[in-house]
Amino acid sequence: MSEILKPAADWELKSILAQLGEQNLPVEIVGAGTKRAIGHPVMAAAVITTASLRGISLYEPTELVMSARAGTPVSQVEAELASRGQMLPFEPLDYGPALASRPGLQTIGAVFATNNSGSRRITVGSARDHLIGVRGVNGRAEIFKSGGRVMKNVTGYDVARGLTGSWGTLAVLTEVTFKVAPLPDDVATIVYSGLPEDLAIELMSLAMGTPYEVSGTVHLTPAHAARIATPPLAGETTSLTALRVENFMKSVRYRKGRLIETLKAYGQPVELDLEASLGFWGEIRRMAFAPASDAILWRVSTSPRKAAELVATLRRHMPVEATYDWSGGLVWLEIPDCADAGAADIRRAVAIAGGHSTLIRAREAVRREVEVFQPQAPAIEKLSRGLKRAFDPRGLLNPGRMYQTM
Amino acid sequence: MSSIALPDPELSVLDRREAIVKDLVAIAGVGAVIADDDGRRAYETDAFTAYKRMPLAVVLPETTESVAAVLGYCHANGIKIVPRGAGTSLCGGALPAEDAVVIGVSRMNKVLEVDTVARFARVQTGITNLAISAAVGPSGFFYAPDPSSQLACTLAGNIAMNSGGAHCLKYGVTTNNVLGVKMVMMDGSIVEIGGEHLDAEGYDFLALIIGSEGQLGIVTEATVRILRQAEGARPMLIGFESTAKASICVSRIIASGIVPVAIEFMDRPAIEVCEAFAKAGYPLDVEALLIVEVEGSEEEIADRLAYIAGLAQEVGPSSLVISADDAQSAKIWKGRKSAFGAIGRKADYLCMDGTIPLSQLTYVLEEISNICKRYGLGVANVFHAGDGNLHPLIMYDANDPRQAERAEQAGADILRLCVAAGGCLTGEHGVGIEKRDLMRVQFSDIDLAQQMRIKSLFDERWLLNPAKVFPLDGRPLPASRPAEPAIAAE
Repeated sequence: MSEILKPAADWELKSILAQLGEQNLPVEIVGAGTKRAIGHPVMAAAVITTASLRGISLYEPTELVMSARAGTPVSQVEAELASRGQMLPFEPLDYGPALASRPGLQTIGAVFATNNSGSRRITVGSARDHLIGVRGVNGRAEIFKSGGRVMKNVTGYDVARGLTGSWGTLAVLTEVTFKVAPLPDDVATIVYSGLPEDLAIELMSLAMGTPYEVSGTVHLTPAHAARIATPPLAGETTSLTALRVENFMKSVRYRKGRLIETLKAYGQPVELDLEASLGFWGEIRRMAFAPASDAILWRVSTSPRKAAELVATLRRHMPVEATYDWSGGLVWLEIPDCADAGAADIRRAVAIAGGHSTLIRAREAVRREVEVFQPQAPAIEKLSRGLKRAFDPRGLLNPGRMYQTM
Repeated sequence: MSSIALPDPELSVLDRREAIVKDLVAIAGVGAVIADDDGRRAYETDAFTAYKRMPLAVVLPETTESVAAVLGYCHANGIKIVPRGAGTSLCGGALPAEDAVVIGVSRMNKVLEVDTVARFARVQTGITNLAISAAVGPSGFFYAPDPSSQLACTLAGNIAMNSGGAHCLKYGVTTNNVLGVKMVMMDGSIVEIGGEHLDAEGYDFLALIIGSEGQLGIVTEATVRILRQAEGARPMLIGFESTAKASICVSRIIASGIVPVAIEFMDRPAIEVCEAFAKAGYPLDVEALLIVEVEGSEEEIADRLAYIAGLAQEVGPSSLVISADDAQSAKIWKGRKSAFGAIGRKADYLCMDGTIPLSQLTYVLEEISNICKRYGLGVANVFHAGDGNLHPLIMYDANDPRQAERAEQAGADILRLCVAAGGCLTGEHGVGIEKRDLMRVQFSDIDLAQQMRIKSLFDERWLLNPAKVFPLDGRPLPASRPAEPAIAAE
């Protein structure tokens, strides 16, 4: 059993890392651990959790900015924001239910460390786009900061954003500062039934090409759609394609009408009101389409133009259920459990389509063997190694989690 | 003005100038190399005109491969490089050095691919910012970041500086709108990062490259996000008798749950100059003017502007005018976007670029006014209020060296003030040479060392744009130069 360390201050974390460094002891870095099952299993004698680095340190609703210590639960952040009519615009996913953990636990630091963004990313940008500052401790046991609390800042290199998506392998974030946004007055969703994947992506791309600021576009194949429990969609047996508009009430009514009119060739959609919309997009955020099971889950990022064809190619090798988000640019692939998690076929198909793939859910034995993150081109791998050395020369932090030899 | 130290040129490089030019011609072609005095002089400065240095030579390649060949040569021979877009940097980011070769990307300005379904454009980075929007405009799309210099500035420069613009309150800055790059590294190798998809894999190198001021590599191609144009947009003008009232109005608008596409702020000196220049209908009897713009259909715009007008009324505006038509809207924006140029016709000026938390606006504007008074200089303020990015223009007479020096000192005091108020040295112009020596006001030595290790990772010997961004002292010693024989043309 690994020793669990819970620093409650930057200096405490610094001194823990300094000690581990002296003894050359690698350490696993976690927040609440909800995404611990993503990546290669980390071999380390100790675990550092940011769970005791808690609390909202700054919130200025009139500046749309918040700072929170890294271990603050997202649920706490969102409750505080909601009390002032605001939200996290990039709608981070909750991997908990998909990875056999409870929902609502993940920490705000981990959201940025993994660049975790949900459906609204298509319109407003990713978690990374909203991050404006960090404090952290690197693998050299140095406390550093980057960015700040103002929205526009090009002073020096953008180290803060450079750390997003590094999965705790470069530094341990202790505080994050990010942009927030007002909650919309109203939300409406229009849902089309029974569209095949290529037509659904065509529809979603068309919707994104309108001036109506569609803030969510998702398509679920029949088996995934069947897992949605929000009325009136519960019990659906065909595929579902959903478009969301959010704004003030008059605008939502207008834009919804214009969208239905523009897209009438694709059929008459079911309309979800505010409550049903919140229910449906909440389910997408909690990944209700892929609840914990033995099935393998992949996340593929590609061009919307190539997504349907990519999945069609894969179906020649394996049964695939898919949920397409970001108008087809993000594909969640669910396939039956198998020895290599389908990696060879999936990586080949992604190489042809362009983009990258990450193994999100598989047994530990499989994750030990398969490259979980997209293998890198040699020139990029060299830079990645250099970046790792620049932040963590002894290789203390989450060794091997992203890339086995790094 | 000469208070910013620039390193002495390496005599060993200057001595080899003739041979180096010959080699560059052999590599890039005679048409791509500028070596004569008149030709080089056009490149001796950028929009931070107080500093001038004649470059060793200028190369204007037409292909990525040619850029790679030149960088590879300079790397092997220990010759410094200064990358250049259109030379519109306000902080000396493109200032040459006597012992450095300027590589300009201006001849690489083609649109390579436009995809309105997947919503991206792939372009060569010598293209001007506005030309991207012009290329995708007929299909109803646009490229969002809109720096005031967008008619002239290149995407390469925007990437180097992570440029913003008036509309970034809603649409973000360059780093939020670039999906992928093709970049030439200092050793002449070519890397591709990101692509058409929305999130690049692995470590976020795009975040490090964008805003690195040309110190990590030369980006020759980029894939940028393009967005569908709104149905319409219309600004309103709200004038106030004090900056305090204007700043309360900005806070109320944002707190109300509306994020307009732009909230611009001008003080009286800026209003007067811009109105004289653009005849935009700005009120002349107010101390502060807000330009607030919203987007949407006619009905949506009318609804939102009425709502904002209601909020503004509670603060007690001196004047409130909603733009009547597209022609007036264009004039209103013309006035704002030509502010720097218009003030430049009246006096020389230094344009500051600090960002502050909005809650500090009134205090900081008062202090700026006090600082400039102390140095006996005039100041005009015109800036992006929605995001707290200030642009005090300190006016002085460039022919009076004492005034020029005082202007620089006033600028430094203003930037220290911005940092002390919880903000930063530069919101969108970059550090360049201008703010290089102030970096320790904002960063600790550990913070700077962390950034400089990234510089060394991409450019071990610090040959790319080396005199910029980081204070000259406290830099890592460049890795010792291997005794490689110079590649001669003969």
